[in-house]
Amino acid sequence: MQTIDITLTVNDQQQTLPVKSNDTLLEVIRDYLDLTGSKEGCGEGVCGSCTVLLDGHPVRACLTLALEADGCAVTTVEGLADEDTLSPLQQSFIDHGAVQCGFCTPGMLISAKALLDENPSPDRQKLRQALSGNICRCTGYAKIVDAVAHAARPESGCPDCHTKDSGGDHD
Amino acid sequence: MAEQKNSYYTQGLSVPETPAPGEEPAFWKQTHVVGKRLPRVDAYERVSGAAVYPSDITLPNMIYGAVLRCPHPHANVTKVDVSRAKKMPGVRAVITGQTPEAKKLKWKYNDYSGPLFDTHCRFEGEAVAAVAADTHFQAWDAVRAIDVAYEVLPFVADHNKALSDDAPDIHDSGNLVGTDEYERGDVARGFDAADVVLEQEYHTQSELHTPMELHGCVAGWDKDRLTLWESTQGVYAVQSEIAEILNLPLSKVRVIGHYMGGGFGSKLKPGKYTVLAALLARQSGRPVKLILTREETYLCTGNRPASTMHLKAGVKKDGTLTACDFTCTGPSGAYPAGGTALVDWQIRDLYACDNVRCASKDVYINAGPARPFRAPGHPQASWALEQMMDDLADKIGMDPVALRLKNIPEISQGRNQPYTTTGLKQCIEKGAEQFGWKKAVERAKAHNQTDTHIKRGVGMGACVWFVGGGGPPSTVIIKLFRDGSVNLNMGASDIGTGTKTVMAMVAAEELGVAPEVIQIEHADTETTQYATPSGGSKTVPTESPTVRNAAIAVKRQLLEMASEDLNVPASDLDYEGAQIISRNDKNKRIKVTDVSRLKKRGVVVGVGYRGPNPPKKSVNPFAAQFCELAVNTKTGEMQILRFLSANDSGRVLDRLTYDNQVFGGIVMGIGFGMTEFRQLDARQTGRLCNRNWHDYKLPTALDVPVDMESLPIEIDDPEANNTGTKGLGEPVTIPTAAAIANALFMATGIRFTRAPVNPIEMRRHLTAKKEG
Repeated sequence: MQTIDITLTVNDQQQTLPVKSNDTLLEVIRDYLDLTGSKEGCGEGVCGSCTVLLDGHPVRACLTLALEADGCAVTTVEGLADEDTLSPLQQSFIDHGAVQCGFCTPGMLISAKALLDENPSPDRQKLRQALSGNICRCTGYAKIVDAVAHAARPESGCPDCHTKDSGGDHD
Repeated sequence: MAEQKNSYYTQGLSVPETPAPGEEPAFWKQTHVVGKRLPRVDAYERVSGAAVYPSDITLPNMIYGAVLRCPHPHANVTKVDVSRAKKMPGVRAVITGQTPEAKKLKWKYNDYSGPLFDTHCRFEGEAVAAVAADTHFQAWDAVRAIDVAYEVLPFVADHNKALSDDAPDIHDSGNLVGTDEYERGDVARGFDAADVVLEQEYHTQSELHTPMELHGCVAGWDKDRLTLWESTQGVYAVQSEIAEILNLPLSKVRVIGHYMGGGFGSKLKPGKYTVLAALLARQSGRPVKLILTREETYLCTGNRPASTMHLKAGVKKDGTLTACDFTCTGPSGAYPAGGTALVDWQIRDLYACDNVRCASKDVYINAGPARPFRAPGHPQASWALEQMMDDLADKIGMDPVALRLKNIPEISQGRNQPYTTTGLKQCIEKGAEQFGWKKAVERAKAHNQTDTHIKRGVGMGACVWFVGGGGPPSTVIIKLFRDGSVNLNMGASDIGTGTKTVMAMVAAEELGVAPEVIQIEHADTETTQYATPSGGSKTVPTESPTVRNAAIAVKRQLLEMASEDLNVPASDLDYEGAQIISRNDKNKRIKVTDVSRLKKRGVVVGVGYRGPNPPKKSVNPFAAQFCELAVNTKTGEMQILRFLSANDSGRVLDRLTYDNQVFGGIVMGIGFGMTEFRQLDARQTGRLCNRNWHDYKLPTALDVPVDMESLPIEIDDPEANNTGTKGLGEPVTIPTAAAIANALFMATGIRFTRAPVNPIEMRRHLTAKKEG
């Protein structure tokens, strides 16, 4: 099949790639660029595991044709950390135990980042709405919501956090 | 813990006493690491995108597999012509039932064994042929180019019709897989002694596992050695089954499963896809990646079987249960797969009752075979029993919590032997107290008296899990390097539950090192030790005592080595923090990292084995869950306001991963009770109607309670095993749906006997009630 060159800026690195007309953005990211952090959970746009930022907006990479992304900036989960220093959002996921099998995590992180970029201090209902397009089968979402809420307002501690009853060494 | 991060052997931490050779270790009294909230040891990999799951594997020269599946629920394959497919671009391997290397192979379901490709297709999604090509598009194009002819047969998709005369036989033996019966006491006399006898039919739907990572693997051969990167809960289980099917020595099958994206019971064994990938890889001489589509996983990677249950129960006015009579019919699917497995265990074991009779019937239907699903059988019977308990309580004017507390058994009645410990009473009592049960009931009832269309309800349910004590076999190896850092080597999979983290904590506790200096190697049949699959809520109680034994083996050797340095018998030595010290002469001491033989040898290797469970005792976890919800009686919408789960799972090892299980289990139970159901078109086509996450609804972040609470009930259980742990992953989801149903009853006065209760069902019942 014929290929067409597209230019993508993926995690701040600009590159030109030959893609086929039926290649999805997810295939380009995972198979051409070896960025396997973005996952395919369904391939039909329902689960959100493949969510990436396209020019700052969250999209389902499995439903986005690579050609549509020509000239765009793409942020994947690999682009969240500064070298091996995790972003506050990623660190908050770790600290709050928001990760179990981890397969939904990259998509959750990207959806959360998209929300916080747009609205730095969402209330918890907004936060739930923003994450409701990402399915998780392990966690029951509670700690993911906690983690994002904490990343949005680290100075407020975790007053509504599900780990508040710890008595342990949390926070 | 920050100060420990950079020091290897920790200063000042007391290290548990090392038992003499042949002696069992003492129960931990005070712990320093165990019980804390420790974030996952592999969290960095999981949040950075660095973790490599089997579906992320790409090998040089790798090609892609795809499977042709029968589109009918019941059919005979009369022709498979692959000549066109073989000639298509990129196609490198095609396998059918006529391919010599596939023809002789068998595939098993429990005791049933049949051909790998059976021309008699008994469910929609049965494999008919498989292809591998350079790209997955080419593979799927080739699948579509295979010319197949089917003789479509009559089907039965409803388990309640499977045994009727006009149902087609799915197997030559008929449609009955098997029956199971149980009886204790005299049920008729029990009912005679009752003041109130109630009976009710209950239904639960088929629920699908749908883990986030698709089922599948990458298979590659190095001449006669097969390597599989499989998304699995147990690498050794995959190894043994694949070696048996392909007639290979175990040593020639390597299974690697470092990360995996969830299984919930559906990945305890290899799939037929695993065998197909191996055959395609052999035929093409290339590694083959075969990851199922989401739709395929809905059809053929297992389910929680539906159930039709009947329960009759009697109670005295004082709350004493006098008799329970339970029957259940459930479908295995197209092959024997435990359609009613463990379905009556709640009835047999949970509440004290002298007279109990259970009978279950497992039947074939033309649908994908079941696989174990998080607490197989248990949420089904819980749906019946817990609602019945509430109805009985209502009839005798007793509080539901009080009725349950009245019937706490002293022993395991199902096994007729004592439990090592039972926290059932404490789970109910302390859970109710923490939840504020009495006030919540009063508040809801008062609220419902007011003129409002939003009604409130509170409800509860309790449970016991059938096993959860773990047990042998398991082997773990701990290597302690000369600088005091540690490598922990175990075969168990971390299926997202935090196994690696918890085991690091156990090793840290016993060795007195910081968890940060422990590196874990796991889930690889070539480089790690034997373990059974992570399932049955047994990984913590199986592996953690084994890890502890391995750590003790390290410590014993270090004492022997230090005795040479100190010229003191090893039996006179013990640890004091990072030092080994003579009990009789405190001046004789040596830093562990200064021990000569450790320095010279570079490493000490300790091997731990899982010891036996206590004889004639039953090790079981218990739970009680409480919920409060609101129902909009105009729209049928429901909102769960809060949930509390009180769990007796023995000692808490990591409170962070413990709470993960609790919240995740509650939400999966909400899915079972309110959103999820497999819909077969039982009347017309027999095909699956909802084969994606859009039509099969999982709870989302908007559907879960804002307020969830985890209340561990920790009871010392030194008899269970040397860490005092019991399983947690399954009891957290058993009584959830029933607790919701009981709360819905309080809110609406409607007894929902059919799960799930979604807004459409709710609306239907509200309308029916209004119209009388």
